[in-house]
Amino acid sequence: MSDTTIKPRIEKVPAAEQLVQKLPVLLVPVLALAGMLAIGNPSTWLTLTVAGLAMGMMIFIMASGLTVVFGLMDVINFGHGAFVTVGAFVGFTVLAWLAGWTASPSVLLNLSALLVAILAAMLITGGLGYAFERVIVKPVYGEHLKQILVTMGGLIVAQQMIHVVWGPDEMHLSRPEALQGSIVLGDAAIEKYRLVAVAIGLALFLGMRHILKNTKIGLLVRAGVENGEMVESLGYRIRRLFLIVFMTGSALAGLGGVMWGLYQETITAHMGSEIMVLVFIVVIIGGLGSVEGCFIGALLVGLLANYTAFLAPKVALISTIALMVAVLMWRPQGLYPVVKAK
Amino acid sequence: MANTLLSLSGVHTHIGPYHILQGVDLIVPEGGVTVLLGRNGAGKTTTLRTIMGLWTASQGEIHFADHDITKLDTPAIAGRGIAFVPEDMGIFTDLTVEENMILAAANGTMDPKRLSWIKELFPPIGSFWNSSAGTLSGGQKQMLSVARAIIEPRRLILIDEPTKGLAPAIINAMTDALRELKNTDTTILLVEQNFSMASSIGDTVAVMDDGRIIHSGDMAVLAANADMQERLMGLSLEAHQ
Amino acid sequence: MLIKLLSGDTPRSGLLAVLLLVILISLAFAPFLFPGTRSLETAAKICIFIVLVASYDLLLGYAGIVSFAHTMFFGIGAYGTALALSTTGPTYGSMIWGTAAGAIVAAVFALAIGLFSLRVKAIFFAMVTLAVASAFAVLVSQLSWLTGGEDGLNYSIPREFKPAFKLVDEKIFDVRINGKLLLYYLVFFASLILFLTMLRIVNSPFGRTLKAVRDNAFRAEAIGYRVVWYRTTATVLSAVMAALAGSLLAIWLRYTGPATTLSMEIMIDILLMVVIGGMGTLYGAVIGATIFILAQTYLQNLMGVAAQATSALPLVSTLVAPERWLLWLGVLFILSVYFFPSGIVGRLRAGRT
Repeated sequence: MSDTTIKPRIEKVPAAEQLVQKLPVLLVPVLALAGMLAIGNPSTWLTLTVAGLAMGMMIFIMASGLTVVFGLMDVINFGHGAFVTVGAFVGFTVLAWLAGWTASPSVLLNLSALLVAILAAMLITGGLGYAFERVIVKPVYGEHLKQILVTMGGLIVAQQMIHVVWGPDEMHLSRPEALQGSIVLGDAAIEKYRLVAVAIGLALFLGMRHILKNTKIGLLVRAGVENGEMVESLGYRIRRLFLIVFMTGSALAGLGGVMWGLYQETITAHMGSEIMVLVFIVVIIGGLGSVEGCFIGALLVGLLANYTAFLAPKVALISTIALMVAVLMWRPQGLYPVVKAK
Repeated sequence: MANTLLSLSGVHTHIGPYHILQGVDLIVPEGGVTVLLGRNGAGKTTTLRTIMGLWTASQGEIHFADHDITKLDTPAIAGRGIAFVPEDMGIFTDLTVEENMILAAANGTMDPKRLSWIKELFPPIGSFWNSSAGTLSGGQKQMLSVARAIIEPRRLILIDEPTKGLAPAIINAMTDALRELKNTDTTILLVEQNFSMASSIGDTVAVMDDGRIIHSGDMAVLAANADMQERLMGLSLEAHQ
Repeated sequence: MLIKLLSGDTPRSGLLAVLLLVILISLAFAPFLFPGTRSLETAAKICIFIVLVASYDLLLGYAGIVSFAHTMFFGIGAYGTALALSTTGPTYGSMIWGTAAGAIVAAVFALAIGLFSLRVKAIFFAMVTLAVASAFAVLVSQLSWLTGGEDGLNYSIPREFKPAFKLVDEKIFDVRINGKLLLYYLVFFASLILFLTMLRIVNSPFGRTLKAVRDNAFRAEAIGYRVVWYRTTATVLSAVMAALAGSLLAIWLRYTGPATTLSMEIMIDILLMVVIGGMGTLYGAVIGATIFILAQTYLQNLMGVAAQATSALPLVSTLVAPERWLLWLGVLFILSVYFFPSGIVGRLRAGRT
C-alpha cells in the first residue's frame, strides 16, 4: 500500500466558525456586562452577580445529571425534582441531628456536619435513583410518551411519600455558623454561603469535565451519547453505564437539594417541582445532553434571574423564559447541540 | 471444506411493522472472506445487525462457533469475538482517534505490536492519533472503523460496505488491508456492492434478495459466470463499470 | 340519529355504554336526582372537567403530544371571562366577548408554542410547555392590579343565573327552579355540545390523520402529510376547547383565581383523569373525570374512616389518611401506564363479548 494515494487531510475549521462555536461561552460575560450597565451601581452589581453565579451553580448541579441521562439514553426524568426535595429533607434532618456541631463556633465541626449531611443526602438520593431507574424508567425505555407520564407519576408518588415521612409542613433550618453572614468587599456585601456554593459548583464542573475527558468511563459516556449501539457493539453494557449515570445524576440532584435548601433556609415538599422549571429551562438552553451547555445555561439563568429580580421583580421568571425563547430562535437545538449518530 | 464458524438458519427479523428478513439461511466458513451481495433493501445490513444482536431475530437460530447466540445481547455477542464495522462507520466524532481505539481495546490497553501493524496498514491512524475523529475524512473514518475492529484479535468481523462513497485510490488501500487481514486467522463477513472489489477478495459468496439468500457458493464460480451475475443481481450492482 | 350525534364513534362495549348512559342521565337530571348544593357543585365540576380532560386527550391520546400547559389555556379562558365580567359588568355581552377573547388568546398562544417547539421531540415540547405554564402562573399571581393576584377575581354574572332569580314560583319535584339551576343547565348543555364537537373532530378525516401522525410521524411525513401542521392544529384546537371549559368554570364559580385554574395540581389531576380513564378515546375522559371527581369529593371521607379505623397502626393510618389519596392515585397512574395504557375504557372494550 502506498502512502501517496492517501493524502493526510484534516478538514480545517475556518476561524469564523471557530468563533461562532465559542460564542456561547462569551454570553456569560456579555450578560454580566449588560447587567452592570443596567444596574449602574458597581457594589449592587457585584452582590447580584455573586448571587446569580451561586444560583447558577446550584441549578447546574441539579441539572447536569438530567442532561447526561438524556444524552445517553434519550430519557428525560420528569421526576428528577423529587431527588432534589428528598436530598434537601435528608440533609436538613441530618443537620438538625447535628445541631450541636452546626451551632458550634468551630469551623471544622460546622463543615463536618455539612459534609455528613451532604453525604447522607447523596447516598439516599443515589439509592432512590437506583430504585427509580429499575422500577419506573426501565420498563418504558424508548417510549417517550410513556416515559414522560410514568416519571411524572413517580414524582407524584415521591412527593406524597415525602409528606408521609416528613409531614406536610415546611422545614426551617439556619445555616451552620461558619456559613452565616457576609464578607464586605468595598461597598458590596457578599454572603459567605454564596461563595461556598460557587466554589462547590465550579469544583464539580471541573471534576465532571475531567472525568468526561480523561477517564474510560467518561469516554464511554461521551461515546454513548453519540452512538450507543456502537458502544454496545464494542462489548460494553450501556444499560449498566446508564444506571451508574442515572444514580450519579440523582445523587447530584440530592446535593443540589441540600445546597438550595441551605440557600433558602426553608424547604417544602414542592421545592423540587418548583426548581425543575428552572432546571428544564437551563437544560433546553444548553442543548439537551450537553454538560458544557448546561453549565453556561445555568450561569446565564442565574445571573439574569438575579438582575431582573432587582430591576423588575415582577418579570423575573418571565425573563428566563424570554432568554430561552431567544436562544432557541438563534439555535433551535440549544447552545451546544449534541451530535447524534442515530 | 473448512469448518462452519457462523450459521444462520431460518432467521426472520421484524423492524417495527416491517418484515425484513424472511428466513435467512447462511453459512460462513471459518477463515477467508464471505461476501454478502444483493441490491439495496435486500436485507444485507439487517442480516449483519441481527447477527450482532442489534435487532432481535423473531424466529430462527444463529450459531457461532457451535454456540447458540440468537438470544444473547450485543455486548455478549461482541464478547465472543465478533466485531462490527457498521455502514455509517460508527465513529465517535467527539473523541480523538486514540480514544476511539482505546474503547475498542479489551482492557483499555492496546497491544503495541498489533497497534504498529495497524498503523502500517492504515498510515492515517498514526498521523492523526491525537486529532478529533470528527475531523477525519470519510476514507480515514472508514480506516479507523476497521482499525477499531482489529485492535483485538477477533474470530469474526462483520463489515458493512467499507468502500461506499470512497475514492478509487482509497478503495484499493482498503482492499489491500482486508486482503492482509485474511492472512491472520480472522474470518470476514463482508457486505459489498462493488463487485470487482468483492470478487477480488471474496472466497465464498451469498446473494440476497427480498430478505432471503437466493444463492450461495464459491466466489470464483460466480465471478467467472457473467450470465449468473446478471440473473442474480440484475443491474443494481456496479459490477460492469 | 344518535349514532350520527356520536359521529359514528359508539362506545363498543355494553358495560361502557351503560356506564356512559348512567353518567349522562345523572348529569342531565343532577339537580333533581341529587338535590343539595354540594352535589350540584360536584355535577357542574364533572361537566366542566369532562370537556377539559377530553380536550387534553385530543392532544395526548390522539396526537401523542404531552403538554403541561393545558391549565394555562384553561386559565386563559377563565380569566378572559372573569375580566370581561368584572370590567364591563355582569351582562351577556361581557360573557360572550370575554369567552371569545379567552379562546382567541389561547389559540394564539398555542399556535406560537406549537410552531416554536413541535418541530423537535415530544420531550422538548413537554419541557417547554412546563416552563411556559409555570411562568404564566407566576405572572398572573404577580400582576395583581389586573388579575387580583393570589386572591383572584370575584365578580357578578347576569342576574338570571343567580340563585335569587326565580323562573317559576313553585318547586318542581321539590326543587326550586332558580337561576342557579338555569346556570347548571347552561354549563351542562355547553359541555355536552363541546364534547360532541370534539367527538366529531376526532372522527373526521383530520382526526384519523392525526392518529396516523401519532403512530408513525416519519411515515406520515413520507406520504406527504405536513406533520407540524397537524400537530399545531391539534394543539390549537385543544387549547381553544380548554379555554372554553375555563370560561364555563369562571361563569359557574363567579370566581377565578390561580388555585382553581392555573395550578400544577390541576394539571396533574387532568393527567390522572386522562390516563386512568383511557388515552385516545374521548369516552375515557368522561369516565376518568367522573370517577376522579367523585373520588376526590367522596372517597376522601371514606379514607378518613379507614384512617380512624387503623389509627392503632401508625404507618398504615398515615398511608390511608384522606390527604394521602393522591399517593394511591399516583401508584394507580403508574400501573395504568404500564399495564393498561388504554385505561378503563380500553379494558371495558377488550373485555366485551
